[in-house]
Amino acid sequence: MSEPTRGPKGRVEIKSEECKGCGTCVELCPQDVLLLGNDLNRMGYRAVTYKGDGCTGCGICFYACPEPGALSVYKIKDKALA
Amino acid sequence: MARDTFTKAECLYDRYVRKTKVEPDQVSTHYCPGCGHGNVHKFVAETIDEMGLQDRTIFISPVGCSVFGYYYFHLSNVQAAHGRAPAVATALKRAHPNSIVISYQGDGDLAGIGGNEMLHAANRGEPVTMIFINNAIYGMTGGQMAPTTLLGMKTATTPAGRTARNEGGPIRVVELLSKLDGPVYLERVALTDAKQIYRARAAVRKAIQNQVENRGFSLVEILAPCPTGWKMDPVDARHWIEETMMQVFPLGVTCDRTKEIAPSEAKPVPFVHTDLRALLDIEDESEGFAPNRTHSEGVERGVRLKVAGFGGQGILLLGQGLAECGMGDGYEVSWLPSYGPEMRGGTAHCHVRISERPIGSPLVAESDVLIAMNRPSLERFLPDLVPGGTVLYDSSLIPDGVARSDVRAVAIPATQIANELGSPRTANMVMAGAFARATELFTVDHLKASLPRFVKAKATLAVNETAIDRGAAHMEKLLETVMT
Repeated sequence: MSEPTRGPKGRVEIKSEECKGCGTCVELCPQDVLLLGNDLNRMGYRAVTYKGDGCTGCGICFYACPEPGALSVYKIKDKALA
Repeated sequence: MARDTFTKAECLYDRYVRKTKVEPDQVSTHYCPGCGHGNVHKFVAETIDEMGLQDRTIFISPVGCSVFGYYYFHLSNVQAAHGRAPAVATALKRAHPNSIVISYQGDGDLAGIGGNEMLHAANRGEPVTMIFINNAIYGMTGGQMAPTTLLGMKTATTPAGRTARNEGGPIRVVELLSKLDGPVYLERVALTDAKQIYRARAAVRKAIQNQVENRGFSLVEILAPCPTGWKMDPVDARHWIEETMMQVFPLGVTCDRTKEIAPSEAKPVPFVHTDLRALLDIEDESEGFAPNRTHSEGVERGVRLKVAGFGGQGILLLGQGLAECGMGDGYEVSWLPSYGPEMRGGTAHCHVRISERPIGSPLVAESDVLIAMNRPSLERFLPDLVPGGTVLYDSSLIPDGVARSDVRAVAIPATQIANELGSPRTANMVMAGAFARATELFTVDHLKASLPRFVKAKATLAVNETAIDRGAAHMEKLLETVMT
């Protein structure tokens, strides 16, 4: 994020219908790139959203998230493809 | 560990079929926002995936919020009665030593209702993995006090806060178990920040790895948030664990003997059939045992019998003896005793079934034959006798007879006969003899031959045989009277 020319190191995928908006991932993300959205999902929760860049693919949000399938994190190894 | 992708574990279902009518495509768990169960489910599932254990793992759901484990884990699942998961785990592991048995419980289930099971499974060192979610409260039922509730904590059942004087202090499970010789690995972890979450994941992994290597009993206590029960928002709940709960429940390993125990293959507990025969003193199988009965022509033979009387009259022994003799004759039999705490006096009765077919239930709700050795028993059980049934009653103790005309009432002065023999305690065998003669399910000779199998005092065998003969003879005489 600090040096955008090097390309993203990771990305996070959010299934907003599975998210319950507990905010644990927002709290624990070391890069501070997650935040609760303003829209309500089908269950009536404000699902988390990704700011769009800055994810390093560390996986902390994945383990912090109590929903088994709501968050997926992918490290991007080949920067040229990114 | 370097990883490139963090995605949902394979051994968790893609869709949960819990409420198919309301929500056919349910993809989220039933847990509240911020609940720690989901995190731990992830750790367990991921470890199973990585170690390739899906086909071998049996997951035991408790009673509590995680009761629905079987909707989430694509594993073999057993849902145990409240608190009994460690007992179920013991049975599963012993019956299937090669399986990976994971018992998953909350604090009310493990430390409250199931405190006993947990303690003894740990003490026996059962080589299973126990995951213990400690959230200091009964979450599912509405936030009542759990054994792990902190002092001063307000819950539905401690509205003024838990006090040591009234409710005792919180139970520290891993410290408690660490004083036993059985456990191999005990650790307390917490779902707070990233570091502790990774630590928790590693602990779950180690507890499962220990079982794969058959090292022994492993338990991981996980301090987990219950935002709903604690009435906090999920983020604050995690802070509360760190700031408050961890002061009472310090993190760390309280027992780790993993390295002292060499990895081994789990083996079935040997069960040698011949040993059991020797123990039960039935070494010669043919002795006294007829081959399995085949169905009689026409009417099926058998009896639903109730035997009742005073404690001390040998009521239970009488029922047991008749069942034992029936078994020797190749019948299917059952014997179900029921008695008060008194060794002498009080009342006792037993249900006996003797049948040519397998017996579904040992309970005798309606009896074909009633043996009543005193008046209260007769009054109590006579209504259960089917119309046309037979009641054998001790006419020495029940002189005024039977108040039903639709049953066959047979008066046997059993106590009087036994007194004549100089052994009042043989009244039950007088009745046994009468029963054998009346029902002809087995011969009187066979009944006498079976005596050593249920009468322990060998010196009394002779008088018991005589009592059986006297009972049978009395019955014989009654039958002759009826015929003529």
